[in-house]
Amino acid sequence: MIEAVGLTKRYGAKTAVHNLSFQVRPGTVTGFLGPNGSGKSTTMRMILGLDAPTSGRATIGGRPFRQLPNAPRQVGALLDAKAVHGGRSARQHLLCLAQLSGIPARRVDEVLGVVGLQDVAKRRSKGFSLGMGQRLGIAAALLGDPQVLLFDEPVNGLDPEGILWVRNLMKQLAAEGRTVFVSSHLMSEMALTAEHLIVIGRGQLLADMSVKDFISANSADFARVRTPDGEPEQREKLTSTLGEAGGQVVAEKDGALRVTGLPLPRISDLAHEADVRLWELSPHQASLEEAYMQLTQGAVDYRSTIDQRAGLQEAPAGYGMPGGAPQGYAGQGYPPGMPGQGQPNPYAPQDPYAQQAPPAAAPGQGYPPPAQGQPYGAPHPYGQQPQAPAQTAPAPQPAPIEDAR
Amino acid sequence: MIELEGLTKYYGDTLAVDHLTFTVRPGMVTGFLGPNGAGKSTTMRMMLDLDHPTEGTVRIDGKHYRQLNDPLTYIGALLDAKAVHGGRSAVNHLLCLAQSNGIPRERVGEVLDTVGLTSVADKRSKGFSLGMSQRLGIAAALLGDPKILLFDEPVNGLDPEGIHWIRNLMKNLAAQGRTVFVSSHLMSEMALTAEHLVVIGQGRLMADMSMAEFIQQNSRSYVRMRSPEPERLLDVLHVEGIEAVAVGNGSLEIDGVPADELGGLAARHQLVLHELSPQRASLEEAFMRLTAESVEYHAHDGEPVAAYAGTQEPAPSGWGADWQKKGS
Amino acid sequence: MAEVPRVLRSEWTKIKSVRSTMWTLGTAVLVTIALGMLICTLVRVDFGSKSINQQITFDPTNVSFTGMTLGQLAMIVFGVLVVANEYSSGMIRTSLAAVPQRATFLFCKLLVATALVLVVGLVTSFAAFFAGQAVLGEHRAYLSDPGVLRAVIGGGLYMTLIALFSMAVASMLRSAMLSLGVLMPFFFLISSILGNVSATRKLGRYLPDQAGQKIMQVIAPVNDPVPYGPWGGLAIMMGWTAVALAGGFLVLKKRDA
Repeated sequence: MIEAVGLTKRYGAKTAVHNLSFQVRPGTVTGFLGPNGSGKSTTMRMILGLDAPTSGRATIGGRPFRQLPNAPRQVGALLDAKAVHGGRSARQHLLCLAQLSGIPARRVDEVLGVVGLQDVAKRRSKGFSLGMGQRLGIAAALLGDPQVLLFDEPVNGLDPEGILWVRNLMKQLAAEGRTVFVSSHLMSEMALTAEHLIVIGRGQLLADMSVKDFISANSADFARVRTPDGEPEQREKLTSTLGEAGGQVVAEKDGALRVTGLPLPRISDLAHEADVRLWELSPHQASLEEAYMQLTQGAVDYRSTIDQRAGLQEAPAGYGMPGGAPQGYAGQGYPPGMPGQGQPNPYAPQDPYAQQAPPAAAPGQGYPPPAQGQPYGAPHPYGQQPQAPAQTAPAPQPAPIEDAR
Repeated sequence: MIELEGLTKYYGDTLAVDHLTFTVRPGMVTGFLGPNGAGKSTTMRMMLDLDHPTEGTVRIDGKHYRQLNDPLTYIGALLDAKAVHGGRSAVNHLLCLAQSNGIPRERVGEVLDTVGLTSVADKRSKGFSLGMSQRLGIAAALLGDPKILLFDEPVNGLDPEGIHWIRNLMKNLAAQGRTVFVSSHLMSEMALTAEHLVVIGQGRLMADMSMAEFIQQNSRSYVRMRSPEPERLLDVLHVEGIEAVAVGNGSLEIDGVPADELGGLAARHQLVLHELSPQRASLEEAFMRLTAESVEYHAHDGEPVAAYAGTQEPAPSGWGADWQKKGS
Repeated sequence: MAEVPRVLRSEWTKIKSVRSTMWTLGTAVLVTIALGMLICTLVRVDFGSKSINQQITFDPTNVSFTGMTLGQLAMIVFGVLVVANEYSSGMIRTSLAAVPQRATFLFCKLLVATALVLVVGLVTSFAAFFAGQAVLGEHRAYLSDPGVLRAVIGGGLYMTLIALFSMAVASMLRSAMLSLGVLMPFFFLISSILGNVSATRKLGRYLPDQAGQKIMQVIAPVNDPVPYGPWGGLAIMMGWTAVALAGGFLVLKKRDA
């Protein structure tokens, strides 16, 4: 069990972590989320006794990390996969660590096998890819067979097979009753791995609840409804019926309807009463990403606000493309109306985000992209128009899967 | 448009890329997938003429990369975010690239704004976080307003907000008719971004098809139905000769019959349905199934990859049981 | 073809936007002038105790360039960093994607860096000369003396060629550590050992630095018959540089970035 009580860290005048209190319980994978600069790494470093808190405390099993007897056998951590002496072989690196805490050498070969590095164990880690470095870091975390594990961005650099492996590994470790605390920026990955979430923003606790509650609390579940393709009047009829009954209906790109505010059986009944046939009626849970975006909207750091700008509107007058490149493109089979033609972008209306963009700036003189409604897609009003379907949501039953088109 | 024809690359005796032939088309995001060591990076480097193919050719809109006038205005690439001189400021890094391709100085400020780095434009990139470097790399790719964009692992180091942003950026670029080619290991991210997929394994082409097709070909898809009158529903299906499997909580799973047909059937029989949802496997499942044999440095121990990961770990009995007691 | 003026501008931006340029070139200028002045002071104080022979063959011009033996090391570092930093940072891939014509890329880069070094080298050479002569006082030489102007301009050319040679070696070896590891001992140890051991002296004369330094001599030392003149020596140094450049270009052309 990891516990933070009133944990605070100031670097000079800047408060990185402010009065943070939470518990990470054994037996589940707890995800640790927050925008860049929200204090995640600082918090993890304080838990591991690398940084000293300005006030408050962080304990593991009731004691501060530095007072733990033989800490490596109780706590394993992966903070920075690159924190390895590059000239040493993977095996030697682990052996050093093992000897420091009296772990038998046999265990080194075991963990090398577990992470799949047995064949490169003798190679110097300098030549390792990021993914291999990550595996080595995980091996080091597992070395003491600890009850408490901390992972910072564990899937960084891993390939899909490695990602799947890490996910299963963490779940397995938790199932054995260990405390597993994982920070990550990959919401879809977290949704598949973690059961519980701790979310911070600007150094303060924003949420401490189960993934399921978190998603329900921060976004709306919805139903996807499709009427027969060739009969638009059916679709209109259903839209108005559902609207009258108090549901919010939004048309999706592929002709389906996204309905919020009405339970599935009610939609079914209403369709039945209106004599509309349905080709699809499926429950969707919003994605963890949507819920996260909704929650952290105000807490992202300085870069994000800039990102929200509409990008490169103010094209400098007279920026003509040199070398005749754009003309060349237009003539080479691009759909008409592509950049540089000064026509409205035929694709823009299909993009749900583009509709919310501020009105396109005055068409740039001769510089193509700014003239398009939404050139580089900077605006992204989170949560207003949930787009990603529930593919990644950890629904109690297998979540309905749908590819994003 | 990027066309590869018989592209092959040997490093010494090692075959990294093996006669790759495919075309990346404009107007959509094409995902480029493959396990580590499959040859993705080599292929992308050959597209930019950084590595010389042993055999075969890459054509950018019909031309060899070297024949392009001001290549940055044709094709922008983010290969390695850290491939920047750390002592140079963000703005100077972009400026020297812009000058080499005759792109006006104003454009540098624009792309910095687009990626949100304006406030650190004059800082040396040495102090940048991975996420910031990534944004700088994206700015460099956008600099020449190119019609073709290559991104290698673009979400690396970005936070959720940044991931969301780059995803929409890529979709918008494609919607404007540009060619967008993205490699990534994050299947869930790819599923949300890409429309078309090119999958390679051990240097060979394994799939070149739409996302939907790929998932369909490499995994099971079915329809889930729920009704307040499950018996009648079963009867109706049975009469039609459709096989359904009950999976508890009143749900039925039906293989091989499209959802619209089942919906029509229910309507004809005045059956109330509470759910009628087509289910598809995730891209990850499909990808795992396809590439199970070609994963590079796990395959040769002969064990099914996913299986060993979950089961062997951790702490098999037999080691350290003696100190385990002391330790706790 | 990428247009050469554009690439030149781009390379100029690259050079002036990193601090190492200022540091290495500044060091080269300061060390060359300051050390030259120091040696000139010592020589002047010591002049009376020299033998007649030494006094007759005293070469005030050459003495004021003594600081270059150390100053050239900073030039070598500059030359190596200009090229090798592209590789160590990975910038080379970004650069070559922007300018895929590798010959244009390499020669524009070298041209810009060489032009800068030429200006700095000439300024240094003239400054070192005047400062040195001012210190030498009554033993001084004048720019209008025969051969002196040639030696002073030659000093600038020598520094330029040393930097260019280093750039060429760095483009062959593609690593700053490796290039410095080869160049530093070469110019500091091997060259002077070969040049001072009588058995190898004849060979040592044809090394780039020893041949090149000939141009800075106004009065030839006695008992040291050298088979080439000042310009001949510079030509030998240019030959070395040309070979290294060809090697550097071939490596860039053939190898994967």
